[in-house]
Amino acid sequence: MIGDWLDIGWVDEIPVRGSRTVQVEGGDDIAVFRTGEGKVFALLDRCPHKHGRLSQGIVHGGAVACPLHNWRISLATGEALGEDRGCTPVVPVKLSGGRVLICRAATLKAAA
Amino acid sequence: MEYSPIMASPTELREHLVVIGNGMAGCRAVEEVLARDPNRYRVTIFGAEPLVNYNRIMLSPVLAGEKTFDEIVINGADWYADNAITLISGDPVTAIDREARTVTSQAGVTLGYDRLLIATGSDPFIIPVPGRDLPGVISFRDMKDVDHMLAAAARGGSAVVIGGGLLGLEAAHGLSLRGMKVTVLHIMPTLMERQLDEAAGWLLKQALEARGQTVLTGADTAAILGDSHVTGVALKDGTEIAADLVVMAVGIRPCTALARAAGLEVGRGIKVDDHMVTSDPRVLAVGECVEHDGQVYGLVAPLWDMCRALADGLTDAHSGYRPSATSTKLKVAGLDVFSAGDFSGGDGAEDIVLRDAARGIYKRVVVRGDRIVGAVLYGDTADGNWYFDLLKRQEDVADIRDALIFGQAFASGGGQADPKAAVAALSDDAEICGCNGVTKGKVVACIAGGAHSVDAVRGTCKASASCGSCTNIVESLLALTLGEGAVEAGPKTMCKCTSFGHDDVRREIVAQGMRSIPEVMQKLHWSTPDGCSSCRPALNYYLLCALPGEYKDDQQSRFVNERMHANIQKDGTYSVVPRMWGGLTNPRELRAIADVVEKYDAPMVKVTGGQRLDIFGIKKEDLPAVWADLNAAGMVSGHAYGKSLRTVKTCVGSEWCRFGTQDSTGFGVKIERATWGSWMPHKFKIAVSGCPRNCAEATIKDFGVVCVDSGYECHVGGNGGIKVRATDLLCKVATEAEAMEMCAAFIQLYREEARYLERTAPWIERVGLAYVQSRLLPDAEARAELAARFFHSQSFSQDDPWAARVEGAEREMHAPMARFTPVPPVPALEEMA
Ligand code: SRM
Ligand SMILES: Cc1cc2nc3c(=O)[nH]c(=O)nc-3n(C[C@H](O)[C@H](O)[C@H](O)COP(=O)(O)OP(=O)(O)OC[C@H]3O[C@@H](n4cnc5c(N)ncnc54)[C@H](O)[C@@H]3O)c2cc1C
Ligand code: SF4
Ligand code: FES
Repeated sequence: MIGDWLDIGWVDEIPVRGSRTVQVEGGDDIAVFRTGEGKVFALLDRCPHKHGRLSQGIVHGGAVACPLHNWRISLATGEALGEDRGCTPVVPVKLSGGRVLICRAATLKAAA
Repeated sequence: MEYSPIMASPTELREHLVVIGNGMAGCRAVEEVLARDPNRYRVTIFGAEPLVNYNRIMLSPVLAGEKTFDEIVINGADWYADNAITLISGDPVTAIDREARTVTSQAGVTLGYDRLLIATGSDPFIIPVPGRDLPGVISFRDMKDVDHMLAAAARGGSAVVIGGGLLGLEAAHGLSLRGMKVTVLHIMPTLMERQLDEAAGWLLKQALEARGQTVLTGADTAAILGDSHVTGVALKDGTEIAADLVVMAVGIRPCTALARAAGLEVGRGIKVDDHMVTSDPRVLAVGECVEHDGQVYGLVAPLWDMCRALADGLTDAHSGYRPSATSTKLKVAGLDVFSAGDFSGGDGAEDIVLRDAARGIYKRVVVRGDRIVGAVLYGDTADGNWYFDLLKRQEDVADIRDALIFGQAFASGGGQADPKAAVAALSDDAEICGCNGVTKGKVVACIAGGAHSVDAVRGTCKASASCGSCTNIVESLLALTLGEGAVEAGPKTMCKCTSFGHDDVRREIVAQGMRSIPEVMQKLHWSTPDGCSSCRPALNYYLLCALPGEYKDDQQSRFVNERMHANIQKDGTYSVVPRMWGGLTNPRELRAIADVVEKYDAPMVKVTGGQRLDIFGIKKEDLPAVWADLNAAGMVSGHAYGKSLRTVKTCVGSEWCRFGTQDSTGFGVKIERATWGSWMPHKFKIAVSGCPRNCAEATIKDFGVVCVDSGYECHVGGNGGIKVRATDLLCKVATEAEAMEMCAAFIQLYREEARYLERTAPWIERVGLAYVQSRLLPDAEARAELAARFFHSQSFSQDDPWAARVEGAEREMHAPMARFTPVPPVPALEEMA
């Protein structure tokens, strides 16, 4: 279990309709989001457009608006929504007793 | 505790099924087994509670005085007798010996089993704060707790309920009906956040407050106070609330100690397979104590499915349990709340939202790929079961989609499924606009009389002019009466989330005294649950402007630069621009800037077009430290890229320049000191030039002052940038004080009336210079009032956001949540302290 999932902290540490990052040595950060409904998602912190930091965007519904040029990215799939095309790698997340766990393999792969 | 020990008679060949837990799942499982094969097992049930099997979910109505205990009994003494079940109540099992296949109770009874069923339910979670063991601190789980609450309520006084979920709110409701003064503490920003979205959570809070409860959200309990009995609760922010009773309803944990001690495999709950069999094939488990496929449960519906699968397995049918969606209802009379499935939206999900402010209704159905995946209903839950049924059956709703939100009666009406057909079918007397009492006949007549847009209809017969919830019906009537093509487009709406334009929204915020973003979204019928990146920042600004000092800024509705007080760069780093009053600086500031550049290895520092220095390439983690250094030298945040005052450019002026007529530098500094920190519809730039040579380029600024011998010319509405616009001359005044008042009054007029993201240049083009002059020039009193409103608002907004962050405010915005250093093959995860 420990080997497959990385425990990154309490869910309450992520602001509602906001996000936090996990720094991965030698790679891009992982952005961990919490929606208005309290769902938690994780994506590579890199917009498919021009690599904007999605963690710094405005979270609304199940999407985040990139801070650089306002592309909307689905938190569940990493896909750009609307007219835009592109996809950011998704990192599976699970919650356990208030803790947030992210998938180790996907973290390594995404950040590689 | 009363029982007669059962000895298997020699002729008793039936297998012995022993059940631990006389609760909802344990007894239901027995019922299911008996229904399949009444003769297969001999049954003994142990129950820790000294009672027969009752309906736990009805404890809330018992507390509220709507039911008695007798009315919530599921299986009374006769059931046990009729089915030859031995009930050993008031005596918990304390040990299981799997090798000997026996269980032993607290009273020392040891019984053998052929099959053992563990159905021990959950234990309430008690938050580990000082004082949690004091008398008067209880949970809400069983009849004993209810008795305790009833006794406390009989004595009167006040109660604090910790936990704003289903259980907590039901406890609070019951206690408040029984006359206690109740405060609910909830750690999250909205109530019942696991079942309800923010909009519904907000409505619920309003309704509970209207019933006299105090609801504190974002309230983190630090300690329970009292020496020999509870006297109150202290929050982490220092607040203390008096209490004679504290009910903890913050969550439950599967009750697994017994199973764990017996060596069964236990995760969060007792691990079971699809047939509810644990890691020992002779031992089964069911109910809230189990973990199936990584899931644990807290509602009864899935437990009933588990009981069926379990009984099938025990009688050789082997159907297997498959988890399915769940739904929740709050059992508080008069407050209808329903939620089902997954309402988080996400990929490809679309929200269909209906809000009826007048009737206090909010409905949201989440659809993905023509299937309903979730629903949240507030105020009118009549269609909850219908939506839930469609959801569970994975029904294709493509055909009824447009009418789905109006409910079953409407959507299933065959030909009426098309909303336009439904509108066409309405009689002329049907009331369209409830607020203004306008019938369909009147709306059609007004369209026929020349009102060819929604706005024109609003202007003529007032339909949809108030709450706006009938806008879509008016639109349908326009299309029906005129044909699709002939309907004139109204003014642009704020964004796709609403049918209102900016001006309507601003007007209604003030007129209805709205105080929060969820309130605006509810009252103005937003069609999305929490808006989008266009409307949220605008609403945040409108509320801030309308309620200076009262409105609590919503950081998550701000664009990154305003949230971080620095400017995001394309590589994700930030640039930092300390304020330089009027473009003046000194050695101390320059030295501090130079030190920061070196200390943080900033790759570039440059003089901006706004007369200040910009330090580039700062990481978000370093921002607070950089600010601390700049603050120490007396510099404050630049609000460098906010929708706010940017810079006040000045020239050298009369102090040094041979042409200078007035002290343009000094006045520029004064203006900047007076106006910095103010949030505006868009960025705002000021300049003061010392003479008409205008070296500070005052005539392309939002507010520009050109000094002349006889006084100060005030210019407005200039813009460099994309489309250059030279200023209009607003007026000329004689003194600095008059120029300052004019500046403040102009800014306030702009703040109160321009649309979000509309700079002064396009705003003045839209409303006309004459209008602006009419508001600022003839009536000195009106001008003074505008200026006074500006300065009042400034008294709350001139705080240095950098200083607060340096002190540790909103640390989470700057620090990563965790750091991960992959060192294969041994993983190492170092968490931030
Ligand atoms: C730093 C600076 C350029 C410089 O190095 O000199 C600058 C940089 C940016 N300007 Fe500017 N503007 C800067 C002075 C100006 C000026 C000159 C002035 O203020 O006297 C103008 C024309 C005057 C005006 O605003 O009317 C100017 C007109 C714009 C515009 C066009 C505005 C318009 O109404 O048409 C934008 C775009 C926008 O705001 O939407 C813009 C936007 C930007 C942004 C903030 C774009 C962004 O959103 O990230 C740039 C940030 C670049 C970056 O990556 O850091 N910048 N920008 C100047 C900062 C001044 C300061 O100290 O605050
Ligand atoms: C106030 C309240 C309101 C609720 N409202 C709803 C609702 O509206 N909708 C909904 O779906 N759900 C609701 N629930 C949740 C629902 O009651 C539970 O999901 C359900 O009762 C779980 O059934 P269970 O058999 O697993 O546990 P329980 O019903 O708790 O039964 C477990 C029993 O085992 C006994 N026990 C524990 N250890 C031992 C031992 N060692 N030996 C002998 N006996 C033992 C316990 O005393 C208990 O009687 C509510 C719960 C409460 C408390
Ligand atoms: S002119 Fe364009 S490129 Fe230069 S700073 Fe302004 S926005 Fe950026
Ligand atoms: S980098 Fe994200 S929208 Fe351009």
